Amino acid sequence: MNMGVNLAGISLKNPILTASGTFGSGEEYAQLMDLNKLGGVITKGVANVPWEGNPTPRIAEVYGGMLNAIGLQNPGIDVFVERDIPFLAKYDTRIVVNVCGRSESDYVEVAERLADQPVDLLEINISCPNVKEGGIAYGQNPHAAAEITKAIKAVAKQPVIMKLSPNVTDIAEMARAVEAAGADAVSLINTITGMKIDVRKRRFALANRTGGLSGPAIHPIAVRMVYEAAQAVRIPIVGLGGVMCAEDALELILAGATAVSVGTANFTNPRITEEITDGIREYMLEEGVEDIRELIGAVR
Amino acid sequence: MTEKFYEDAIIIRQEEIATNIYSMWLHTEQIARLAKPGQFVTLYCRDGSRLLPRPISICEVDRGDCSIRLVYRIAGAGTAEFSRYHTGEQLRVMGPLGNGYPKKSRKALLLGGGIGIPPLLQLVKELNCEKQIVLGFRDECFLVEEFEACGKVYIATEDGSRGTKGNVLDVVTEKGLDAEIIYACGPMPMLRAVKQFAVQHGIQTWISLEERMACGVGACLGCVCKSTKKDAHTHVKNKRICTEGPVFRAREVDI
Repeated sequence: MNMGVNLAGISLKNPILTASGTFGSGEEYAQLMDLNKLGGVITKGVANVPWEGNPTPRIAEVYGGMLNAIGLQNPGIDVFVERDIPFLAKYDTRIVVNVCGRSESDYVEVAERLADQPVDLLEINISCPNVKEGGIAYGQNPHAAAEITKAIKAVAKQPVIMKLSPNVTDIAEMARAVEAAGADAVSLINTITGMKIDVRKRRFALANRTGGLSGPAIHPIAVRMVYEAAQAVRIPIVGLGGVMCAEDALELILAGATAVSVGTANFTNPRITEEITDGIREYMLEEGVEDIRELIGAVR
Repeated sequence: MTEKFYEDAIIIRQEEIATNIYSMWLHTEQIARLAKPGQFVTLYCRDGSRLLPRPISICEVDRGDCSIRLVYRIAGAGTAEFSRYHTGEQLRVMGPLGNGYPKKSRKALLLGGGIGIPPLLQLVKELNCEKQIVLGFRDECFLVEEFEACGKVYIATEDGSRGTKGNVLDVVTEKGLDAEIIYACGPMPMLRAVKQFAVQHGIQTWISLEERMACGVGACLGCVCKSTKKDAHTHVKNKRICTEGPVFRAREVDI
């Protein structure tokens, strides 16, 4: 039985990745689960310089989901290269570095710094709803998304995954725009902009007022958007959004995802990625599926 | 990084010790063996609509019996769910998390406010020095007898129904308490006042903070507080309450 997939020329031992921002650089979870069992780790977004992020509260739980407005706090590429990459390089798993920036030159600088690093793939965050500059500003306009894709592709030495936002009218148009600009893969969906109000205090639950909704509440939206993107582009898709169990991951694969990122579910169970991988294996045994690649986009 | 475990604990017993304040003893495989005063655990809800584990401070540790005691307040649907659990039921727990209080052999003043009181109990049991304990409540008191077994206890209530009418610092002033070290846990306005008092009197002070958390292990950066200097891990002026804290030297955080 084969669970390995090929993501933009990089082989993954299984399709399960950790979603950026929910798993730190892997170190935080290394005591609680086996990183070697992951197809890959997608790291917390890193910028060219350290970012302080947003004021607190940054987290609010909602029914079947959560809102976050971390604001891409990160220690900057220098520390990341010195501390986080060497840590991950000790494990038998793929390293996918999520890159964030406020301007095109920020993104390009990080991609250049990573060129000679033992990193397998870059995931470019043009879809964070919680920062004012950069982030989603590039992710809601197909022309801007294409321009930033071209600029990064011009310097990147690793395959480039563009992470798309669901906060758009037409996800297929966004996927086509970055594909035409040279993206090697797309990743979707990032969180959906939401808001929670504390009725007793009559205040916003988050200091940032709005935050990104994640968790099982958004899963059907992810399935629909992965399906729409899969019908629109030929490049591989990393599917994510509210995956809590093997069945959720399989839905995204059947809709067209080559790999699946697991995010918020890490908070509900630090070993969830391993359980999801085991669950997919069981499903394949039960269903007589020899090769997981048979399932990718099998529902149309 | 401190060693931590994700395990199924068994409820030994649970009781309501004051209105909406619950005391739960849990049998754990590993957590009790490692737990230090001031550390916390996270409890996972069974109801799948509540995704995030609830951080709760460790009130007491019985290492011989492999058990920990949690004293928590019903603050929402998650803690309400825990309060309905009975003896013998299983509960998913992660811990011990965070750093805990440093234990110094100096004349100590322990200041606890409301639901910030429980983590001071294991600390006071383990401190080997002169101890003065001030507990502040809105009205209804809890855990007082347990603290009285460990040192001199002073009480403040907001409504004046017991002890000094006012807050913990009103007691410190009224009784003229002095100390070489302060350990505090309580609501933010109390901690701000304690920090100001400590600065004025030049007393080394350790405070325990709380914030909305998601992962509990330092990955998501949800629960940060402002630090006065650039933090060695985050490389910005933010410290992770779940990892660098929850206990901080008062002067290292901007509260």
